[in-house]
Amino acid sequence: MTAFFALLAFDIRLSFRRGADTMVVVGFFVLTVVLFPFAIGNDTALLARIAPGLVWVTALLAAMLALDRLFLADFEDGSLDQLLVSEMPLELTVLAKAAAHWVTTGLPLIVAAPVLALVLNMDRAGLAHLALSLALGTPVLTLIGAIGAALTLGARRGGVLISLLVLPLYIPVLIFGVGVVTAAIDGIDASARIMALGGLLLGALALAPLAAAAALRQAAR
Amino acid sequence: MIHFLANPARFMRIGARVLPWCWAVAALGMGAGLWFALVSSPADYQQGDSVRIMYIHVPSAWMALAVYSLIALVSAMALVWKHPLGYLIGRAAAPLGTGFTVICLVTGALWGQTSWGTWWVWDARLTSVLILFFLYLGYMALASAFDDPDRGNRAAALLAIVGFVNIPIIKFSVDWWSTLHQPASVLRSGGPAIHPSMLTPLVLMAVGFAAYFLALLVLRVRAEIAGRKVAALMMASAMGGAGSNPARRERI
Repeated sequence: MTAFFALLAFDIRLSFRRGADTMVVVGFFVLTVVLFPFAIGNDTALLARIAPGLVWVTALLAAMLALDRLFLADFEDGSLDQLLVSEMPLELTVLAKAAAHWVTTGLPLIVAAPVLALVLNMDRAGLAHLALSLALGTPVLTLIGAIGAALTLGARRGGVLISLLVLPLYIPVLIFGVGVVTAAIDGIDASARIMALGGLLLGALALAPLAAAAALRQAAR
Repeated sequence: MIHFLANPARFMRIGARVLPWCWAVAALGMGAGLWFALVSSPADYQQGDSVRIMYIHVPSAWMALAVYSLIALVSAMALVWKHPLGYLIGRAAAPLGTGFTVICLVTGALWGQTSWGTWWVWDARLTSVLILFFLYLGYMALASAFDDPDRGNRAAALLAIVGFVNIPIIKFSVDWWSTLHQPASVLRSGGPAIHPSMLTPLVLMAVGFAAYFLALLVLRVRAEIAGRKVAALMMASAMGGAGSNPARRERI
């Protein structure tokens, strides 16, 4: 467990000192959301209505943006081989790296999303639920993305390939994530959708590290 | 059975023997099925003759799902028992499955235009077949994305298994999200809710489709094995007769 937290802290520190990933992800998120009023026009009612879906889709794309960084640096400089032969199970290594990735890219999205939702004039009743749905949903995106990142290590055009692999698998998260927000706005009980989203998170926590670790072993062979 | 067939040389021999039968069953099934579908089955009391699209649409939908399941199955076997033939079958089956998925989507759009009045609706079943199409695309893209074909094989096999785990999740989430398409009416508890006059051509077409797929699959795998043998022999002769070792020739 010590090794797990050491790797987690190391990756977070590395990412914050470099700083680029977080900036790119949040910058992409904010700029893309800001593009929509220009394209759709400043029809406040329309923007308010599409805001939950719009913020969620953009957050999903932003979360995908930095995925190829997840294992690539370690793969290229050989640290991955060290991690493979270390005593810690590779599944835990994957979990630590995914958690660090989520802290540096997913967490900032959760902070930025309510602000953007306000800018789009979204109904305030959904703000808390937007943050909650992203808090439950973005870790799933990172975990599924870890599988994609591990599978495409060393591939030609890896970054583009990840999106093709991962986006179809993201659809349930998107459906339930937006469902939580729209339920809150429409005044329906959102607990069933929150639980479904939580279920996806638990399932991904259990299964994604196994798949990603298997993919890493294939990649390093 | 699995381990017996996993030997490429044996697969070549048995495949050659099975192939004509596959073609025969495919021709018979589709021929008889088309006759029943176009001539001898009644038009629907609501949809008229457009219901005949079903005899292509439903079997191709079944095949699209069945082929993906087959790819996941052979991928798992290839990863577990290190049968390289599993990768070959998976890669050979993927374009065929994509073809069935496209046929299903296109015939579905035509049918939707006549009976719902629209080419496409964001309905649960349509959407999940569309997602299946993207999963196929991802599988094929990943399989061919590496300079080292073995690495592509293994990565794509893992992806096929991950996708297979996800298909039920995607299916249920999408079902929950919205639905217009009719529920299953053939494979359901309590027996098929479809008249025998329509069930007969449907089953015949399904058998024909399956046999047609099998024939193409055997053909493609045999071609791939033969291609690798040729490549290995050419490599060996280029290296200066090192290919005279017969044990090497059977390697794929």
